[in-house]
Formats: sequence, C-alpha cells, structure tokens
Amino acid sequence: MKKLFLTAILLLPLMVAAQPPAKIIKLKDLQNLMTSKSDSIQVINFWATWCGPCVKELPLFEKLNNNGTSNVKVSLVSLDLDLDPNPEKVYKFVTRKNLKSEVLILDEQDPNSWIDKIDPRWSGALPATLIVNTKTGKRTFFEGEVDEEKLNNLITAIQ
Amino acid sequence: MKFLKSIALMFFVGTMMSATTADNYGLGDTVADFKLKNVDGKSLSLSDFKNAKGIILIFDCNTCPFSKAYNERIIALDKTFSGKGFPVVAINSNDPVVSPGDSYDEMVKHAKSKGYTFPYLFDETQSVAKAFGATNTPHVFVLNRDGDKFNVAYIGAIDNNARDEAGADKKYVEDAVNALLEGKDVSTTKTKAIGCTIKWKNA
Repeated sequence: MKKLFLTAILLLPLMVAAQPPAKIIKLKDLQNLMTSKSDSIQVINFWATWCGPCVKELPLFEKLNNNGTSNVKVSLVSLDLDLDPNPEKVYKFVTRKNLKSEVLILDEQDPNSWIDKIDPRWSGALPATLIVNTKTGKRTFFEGEVDEEKLNNLITAIQ
Repeated sequence: MKFLKSIALMFFVGTMMSATTADNYGLGDTVADFKLKNVDGKSLSLSDFKNAKGIILIFDCNTCPFSKAYNERIIALDKTFSGKGFPVVAINSNDPVVSPGDSYDEMVKHAKSKGYTFPYLFDETQSVAKAFGATNTPHVFVLNRDGDKFNVAYIGAIDNNARDEAGADKKYVEDAVNALLEGKDVSTTKTKAIGCTIKWKNA
C-alpha cells in the first residue's frame, strides 16, 4: 500500500506534465471567444504547424502576448486537424517552441460551412488574423503574413 | 441622425470594397485568354483547347500540404473528365523566390514523379492568379465553354474533406462538371476551404 502511494506521488508530476499544452475546441467556443464582452483586445491568429509563413510570424504574437502592460489577449487557433486528425503534432510543436500564448485547436469538418462565420473576408488560406475589440465589438481581419508594423496598425485601428 | 450617417458610410465603404474586388472574375464572367509555359517547355493558351466543353482550372503548387493531400484527387478528376471534354489545367503561381520548391524546374520534376496527365503551367508574373482572384492552393475555377469563350461556372474547393477523400460527402467540382455536362445549373457555385496562401512576390 505504501509502495503504491509512493508510486502515485512519484507519478504525479508526470501526470500533470502529460496534460496537453493546447485545448481542442469547437466552432461555438471560438465564436464565444470572438463575442465575449471584456475590456481586452482579443487577437485571434489562425495558423497550422505545416504553414511556413504562420510559423514565421508566431514570435510576433508571442511578443504581443508577453507584453504585460497591454490589454491585449492572444489566442493561437490551430487548423491542423483539417489535414491530420491527430493533435499530437500540435502538442509537440507548442512544447518545443515553448509557446506562452493560449493555443486552441479547432475541431470542425466541412470548412465551407463555417469559414464565413469566422469572417466573410476570409478565403480560408493561412495565416489569417482576426482582431476584436471585445468592448465595442469592432473587428478587423487580415489574411496573409503580418509584420510587427502591420500587426500594431491592425490593433490601433480598433482601439 | 448620427445613426443614419453611419449607415450611409457603411454603404459607401461597402461599395468601395466591392469595387476593388470587382477586378477579379466572378461567376458567369468571361475569362481573358492567357499564354503560360507548360512543364513540357511549350506555351499553352485556353484557345488551344479547341474541342473542350470546359476546363477544370486549378491554381496549385508543389509544396503546399493541401496540394499534396489533393494530388491524387486532381489526377483522378482529369482521368474522369478529360475524356468527357473537361480536362484539368493546373497553374502554379507561387513566387520561387518566396517558395523555392515551386520553381519551374521543381514543377517539371513534380509533374513527372506524380505522372501528371494534364498541363501544369507556370504563372511566372502571377498575372493569371491576380486576374482570377486566386487566393490559395488548390483553388479551382471550373470554366464552361460559351462559343469561342470560356465563362466561370464554379469557384472554390475540390470537395469538403481535405484529410480524407472517403470522408468527403460534398464533391463540389465533380458535381459542378457533371451538372454542366448535363446542361444543368451548377447547384453549389462558390465554396471555401482551408489552404495555403499563394506566395506572392515581395513588393
């Protein structure tokens, strides 16, 4: 019994560490994120591990997220499941890159039925970034890779 | 009053936005002919397809994981429909400076290794992708013959399941071409899918 208890104690940190570093969500969760009222600027970046320009621009979003003084919240929404049903690749990527922003994995099929619900301006190509002022509901959308200036301009535009 | 003003402004901005996108082909529009270099070294134009009832035009590339996922399906589309008068014509518009794996030489290798049965054209200046308003790969434009012209009859994805062909329960391109072959209206004329952006030249 004592041995079992000890084993459990020893395994505990492993069990905590085994918790996936990204949350799998449905469209309605994403819509909640887009419409929830708060005082923050919600930045939603759509990306995937296979997308070169997405991976390249991720540090910009990480920097934005780590900027403790601002009221900006960053969510990185992975669309990897659209091509590969196994989220393991995303988990490994998040751990390896030590991403600090909230990482969400969208689990939805039939993309034509929901792309317009995220933003009608979106063709579906990655990367894409949606920025919502959750206080006023004002939103801006950009498809393609951003640089720091572009990202800052997008945020300023809805502040 | 302020409310009315903002409504008026919204309409104004809306009109401006649609005016800027109106340069791209929409449904029913006649497409201008183009001349691009094929992987066999020869130039090809739409007007070369004298006997085609239409064309399944696909903006595609070598490197995009979605293009890879759809490779066999694109080959299958050509096998099914070229004999019925709707051949596949693939176009790569990616800038090889931004995406070295999409150079003309790599296209030649790719077409050979995959056994492409259809033309794979290099849109070096990206003017064809811009004219069509292609945004991602693979991005399909089904063209239907009208006299000596071709009109856009469908714009969008191949089907509704990238990761698993067997799981696709909506085969947009197949359905569109079959409808055109039967002289019927295309029921779903525009769709969207997750994909890679076309790699535009750095300004």
